[in-house]
Amino acid sequence: MDWFYIKGILILSGINLMAVLGLSLLTGFTGLFSFGHAGFMAIGAYVTAMGTVKLGLPFAAALLLGAAGAALASFFIGRITLNLKGDYFCIATLGFGEAIRLILDNVQYFGGARGWPNLPRSTNFTIVVILNIIGIIILANLINSRHGRNFKAIREEELASQTIGINVFRYKMTALMISAAYAGVAGGLLGHYLGFLQPKMFQFIKSTELTITVIFGGLGSISGSVIGALVLTSLPELLRTFAIWRLVVYGAAVVFIMISRPQGLMGGYEIPVGKIFKKLFSRFAYGKKQAVGGGKQ
Amino acid sequence: MKLLQLKNVTKQFGGLMAVDNVSFDVERGSIFGLIGPNGAGKTTIFNLITGIYKVTEGEILFEGIETNSMQPYRVAELGITRTFQNIRLFKKLTTYENILTACHYNVRYGLVDAVLRNKRFKAEEKGLLAHAEELMNIMGLEDRRDVIAGNLPYGLQRRLEIARALALRPKLLLLDEPAAGMNPDETARLMTLIKEIRDRFNLTVLVIEHHMDLIMGVCERIVVLNFGKKLAEGTAGEVQANPKVIEAYLGEEEVVVC
Ligand SMILES: Nc1ncnc2c1ncn2[C@@H]1O[C@H](COP(=O)(O)OP(=O)(O)O)[C@@H](O)[C@H]1O
Ligand SMILES: [Mg+2]
Repeated sequence: MDWFYIKGILILSGINLMAVLGLSLLTGFTGLFSFGHAGFMAIGAYVTAMGTVKLGLPFAAALLLGAAGAALASFFIGRITLNLKGDYFCIATLGFGEAIRLILDNVQYFGGARGWPNLPRSTNFTIVVILNIIGIIILANLINSRHGRNFKAIREEELASQTIGINVFRYKMTALMISAAYAGVAGGLLGHYLGFLQPKMFQFIKSTELTITVIFGGLGSISGSVIGALVLTSLPELLRTFAIWRLVVYGAAVVFIMISRPQGLMGGYEIPVGKIFKKLFSRFAYGKKQAVGGGKQ
Repeated sequence: MKLLQLKNVTKQFGGLMAVDNVSFDVERGSIFGLIGPNGAGKTTIFNLITGIYKVTEGEILFEGIETNSMQPYRVAELGITRTFQNIRLFKKLTTYENILTACHYNVRYGLVDAVLRNKRFKAEEKGLLAHAEELMNIMGLEDRRDVIAGNLPYGLQRRLEIARALALRPKLLLLDEPAAGMNPDETARLMTLIKEIRDRFNLTVLVIEHHMDLIMGVCERIVVLNFGKKLAEGTAGEVQANPKVIEAYLGEEEVVVC
């Protein structure tokens, strides 16, 4: 295995992670299940491609446009479906995801079902890493605030959330739009990594994969989502030598986790990244002080 | 001054008159009792006041404002909050997190403030944490700070639900059978606590109780419901002496004896 190959897997993991982070907010923290997030990825992918190819925008601006496009679409979907009870919302998102794919199949402007080739390959390892770090920081800051607590309250007990003054509809909408924006960025990155787009890249199975990843990592855990995305994207790749058996192993791994740890790998807990950094840093600083030979005692 | 007014309030579920033309006024600063046998419509009245159900007929006024068409969260913003007969805590969050979440309402920082961790966020969040700690101490929950709410003993869960409600700094607090499942001793302590809370936070309290004798001591005024209709209203003494009330309650007791 050479570095080029590993880098490719890491980039794909990172792209999936971007979408999974958003979905983690919606499903893991707010308690809404979606089976249509591939649809938001598709919108992000095609809008971003439109930005770079047809409008000649720089990649960063096109990504933002893609995120905005996905968020806007989610706003309209949310207006119609967020008042529905949980299960119906889930089914509505499923329908939405498939509808987007079918529409793209038939829009010749974007290449239709045959796809859209020759996109600039602007996505690289550095961009993916930086965007994911930004994505994680934004999500973590959001979760550790009154807004994050409100998301969790809605997940735990919707009626009680209302009676303590939480505008449940608005918070659900916020979670949906943010998660769609993340998915949109992931889509934009994907198209500009592969160099082409095809509607069938965003099938129902893609949505399912994202939701499985969030559950696998543990609902309500950002670090769980990160580990989940890394493991579940790279696993099928690393198992490629097993040819047809790899997807069986993948499925078995998911089933095993779900049986042995129904709450997912991390299950609501976080790896205390901040604390670990602080510890490392204070040790480092301490060592330096010693080396300088003094400091305050 | 009247804080809360119910005027000819009716709630119909299909053919069932759960609340049938009920009117009463709650004075600011009072502890007001709502009693009646099971199925009398007490909880339904709470659901109407808090906007969870919409009234079929009649109107509900809070500080003179009609609340009939408001969403529950808007009613909460007006200063009305409640506890539930079948406790509804955020079960997987800790005691502290339950209270802290409900404190949210007292600050206004937005999503962007939270993401940027700016001055406003830090200042307001600090206030929230302090407020939550304070409430936890007042309600005697500080030694259960990090216990998952679902794992608390029953009595403390009820107490936590009251603490969470108080976090909103409400004007009107609705307690739905807060003594359910408690022994007489715990009940007596709870009633003292309700009085203390009222005085300390300048509240008006509307409390539902299923057993009449339990709240006779704390309530300044009581409404008795039966089959959705108002049976009687008055002070504890007046209500207890009312023949209609005696009949309704004796009727119920006979059922228990059989
Ligand atoms: N959502 C509902 N749908 C249909 N019937 C209801 C509903 N809520 C309450 N009821 C009925 O209304 C009546 C009053 O119920 P409730 O207010 O819960 O009584 P209480 O709290 O006094 O015991 C009962 O007969 C109950 O079955
Ligand atoms: Mg009841």
